[in-house]
Amino acid sequence: MSDSLPTESILNAAGREVPIDINGEKTIPYQGVGMYRPEGKQASRLISTCSDFPSSGNKLAQAEGDMAARLKVALQNAGLKDGMTISTHHHFRNGDLVANALFDAAKDLGVKNLRWFPSASFPCHEHLLQYLEDGTIHHIEGSMNGPLGAYCSEGKMNGLGVLRSHGGRYQAVQDGGVHIDIAVIAAPTADAFGNATGDRGPSACGLLGFALADSEYADHVIVVTDNLVPFPCLPWQIQGQRVDQVVEVEQVGLPEKIVSGTTVVTKSPERLLIAEYIADFVRDSGILKPGFSFQAGAGGISLAFAMFLKEHMKAADVTAGFVRGGSNQYLVEMLEEGLTPVILDGQTFDLEGVRSMRENQGHQNTSPFTSYNYHGKGNFASMIDVVVLGATEVDVDFNANVVTHSDGKLLHGIGGWQNCLFSKCTVLAVPSVRNRIPVILDRVTTLVGPGELVDVVATEQGLCINPARADLIEAMQGSRVPLLDIRELKARLDRLCGGAPAKPKLGDEFVAAIQWVDGTTIDGVRRVLS
Amino acid sequence: MGSPTPLESGRRGEKIRGDVWMSFEPGEQSLELNLQSKLETLFGDSTRQLLLELCQGAGLKTGCLMVEDSGAYPFVLRARLESLLRLVLEDPRLELPVECNVTGKDALNTNPVPDRPRRSRLYLPGNEPKYMLHAAIHGPDGLILDLEDSVAPSAKHDACSLVRHALWSLDFESCERMVRINQGKDGIKDLASLGNAPFELVLIPKVETAEEVVAVAEAAPEKLLMPILESAAGVQNAPSIAAAHESVVALTLGLEDLTADLGVVKTPKGMETLFARSFVVQAAKAQGLQAIDSVYGDVADETGLRASVQEAKAIGFEGKGCVHPRQIRIVHEEFAPSEKELEKARKIVAAFEEAEAQGLGVVSLGSKMIDPPVVKRALNLVRQAEKNS
Repeated sequence: MSDSLPTESILNAAGREVPIDINGEKTIPYQGVGMYRPEGKQASRLISTCSDFPSSGNKLAQAEGDMAARLKVALQNAGLKDGMTISTHHHFRNGDLVANALFDAAKDLGVKNLRWFPSASFPCHEHLLQYLEDGTIHHIEGSMNGPLGAYCSEGKMNGLGVLRSHGGRYQAVQDGGVHIDIAVIAAPTADAFGNATGDRGPSACGLLGFALADSEYADHVIVVTDNLVPFPCLPWQIQGQRVDQVVEVEQVGLPEKIVSGTTVVTKSPERLLIAEYIADFVRDSGILKPGFSFQAGAGGISLAFAMFLKEHMKAADVTAGFVRGGSNQYLVEMLEEGLTPVILDGQTFDLEGVRSMRENQGHQNTSPFTSYNYHGKGNFASMIDVVVLGATEVDVDFNANVVTHSDGKLLHGIGGWQNCLFSKCTVLAVPSVRNRIPVILDRVTTLVGPGELVDVVATEQGLCINPARADLIEAMQGSRVPLLDIRELKARLDRLCGGAPAKPKLGDEFVAAIQWVDGTTIDGVRRVLS
Repeated sequence: MGSPTPLESGRRGEKIRGDVWMSFEPGEQSLELNLQSKLETLFGDSTRQLLLELCQGAGLKTGCLMVEDSGAYPFVLRARLESLLRLVLEDPRLELPVECNVTGKDALNTNPVPDRPRRSRLYLPGNEPKYMLHAAIHGPDGLILDLEDSVAPSAKHDACSLVRHALWSLDFESCERMVRINQGKDGIKDLASLGNAPFELVLIPKVETAEEVVAVAEAAPEKLLMPILESAAGVQNAPSIAAAHESVVALTLGLEDLTADLGVVKTPKGMETLFARSFVVQAAKAQGLQAIDSVYGDVADETGLRASVQEAKAIGFEGKGCVHPRQIRIVHEEFAPSEKELEKARKIVAAFEEAEAQGLGVVSLGSKMIDPPVVKRALNLVRQAEKNS
């Protein structure tokens, strides 16, 4: 176990104990939704000078060998030093090859105590555990998935894991909470000037929105591509004017793990029923009307929801104003059948999504800046009529958890989840039980989303509507969808499961901090004693 | 000499969810419980406590109980332990205490209603707890806990305890609770091993003679019966099977076995069994029973299912078996009376009410006299339509 983890805590406005200090910075405890107003100027990066760069526009790093060897040269050029912050994006999901090679290179250079600031991590990054062990990486600030989550939960990481939403990551960069020294942006296609796009190339992933903040605020930006095209790379999702170096490598990602060839909808009868209940809810509550908008992710229930909703839209002859995704073939079908004029796409999940982004003018790539950022002058998240999200746990006050399971272990990132809670109607789609573990509890293990922003909890047993939304309860009278009291449902689940589950045994040390969208700390995660 | 039955119950393996595997090693030392659980943190202690209490209650004091838990619910833990202890203590009727999670006041009483609607009945494999858990939410008229073809021969013993505990523990809401027993003597044993578990109806498979029905009726005196005709001989004897016992409420068929017996290929159109199906409808109706069609096996083909239900309805069937919950709503939609049928039924009901108000013994609509069975059918139709809307 690491001996540098903090134990001192302070109680925040949600009644949660959070660490007083996060990796040397003083914590700002959560103060309530919309209560914290940061002041001052945004962070900025060093002034760059055009004359420092080749007038030919060729910024290719002069390097040979495998990807790690080439990145090593680029990192040396960038002046990599101990303690720096290096960022990467997660558009390649579990098919990412760049982050692992990047830290192979850093290890080779002998630098220590780096902070890795990914927009998310995936199980493929298990490779980096060795660098957490040997001190190349000091700690990770980003989602803690799979093996990295387990490592962090056991208290082995030398610093606190800091989990932020996609919008919160942008906000932290703008706040100056996180200053990126070197951004490494894996690009499916790029030119030697640094213009880059994600919508084409062998490792096409659709868009590169999660790397936008990194390109704008990092001191040094490296684009890594396996598909170098002659200038100009069009479209330029990342602008070359912000790029210091371009590294050409053989392969940046594994295509079959970046996007799925086909998107498969759940076959589980219970999950299909949840999806159907939500689609019926959207219709029966009156949300479904001309020009409405919705957002659904790539999870099994969300996909099925979109399919059922599509049928309702056709039956009612209603077209949406716009939809937000996570795009996939089902949203693309809606676009191409004229059921929506626009997809505002935050990340692309299948090959149809990538194709559509290339071909359809109404398929617009977006970024956390447009969609989620707390320091924007508004963002899209609050304009959506209804959003369907998942959760690991929900409590009887509608508070929700998405990062840990009931055993206290970190397993998931926040993604855009917190940001999406600001929609006009937030629906959490959850099975009522998972393998004897009830999903509805008295108090969530980790607070990630405040209950006041959760309108509906949809389970296969029926819908629990937040009592604060009397308008929705009223609108749903007469619907065939069963409405349930969340406390009664909880009691029923507890009976089925043989009582509420025992609480995990936790140490005093904090292993992670959960940030709210405004940069305050909404909860702390403590070490799990095995 | 065969090898002795291993002292094991339940299931384990990477893909198993919501179940548990147990084995027992006899010995002189006081009872030891060795639990490995995916839910150690959340339910390890309570699972240990439950299992030890149950063993103690059953008088098991020595030996070693090995348990691998993949997230089993308490009713599954009880069922699997019961199944194991029936072997260990060589008592096939041993009943561990059940746990009731049902709050409705009548849920644990059986409520046999001979002529209730049986449009849909959902098959639930008797040794698979995960499908039982939420079965009622899909709203079928009936739920069949199956001990027969969906259970491997080696799992039959386990399935009896699991079905018994599921019947006691799970909330099947307003669904009619049905059990499909095994054929012949095995089926009679199944009934004995279910004890007093609350359910309404027994499905008797592969019936060929009235005597088989009588044997089940005597072993399950308070249950309703639905014989399944699955052979040429069974179909041939449909009239006597229908008349075999007053507990028989419906006849149904099993087309897989029937087509095999007839030596024909089962086709989507089903012309090869048209006679058998029509004859079963005829035999059932002649006895005042419901005629219930077989299942539609292709769960992905919604259009095919709709056509199949329309055809069944046209022949005279009132229900259809379902092998997947997604089939239930389609079956109900297709069995629902058309607006034209409903309109006519409403007129008949209105005429009936008027005749009653006037103290008339005869119901007439226009110049036409309406027979009592027609009035009864119209009343049922209107009531059902009101309920469904």
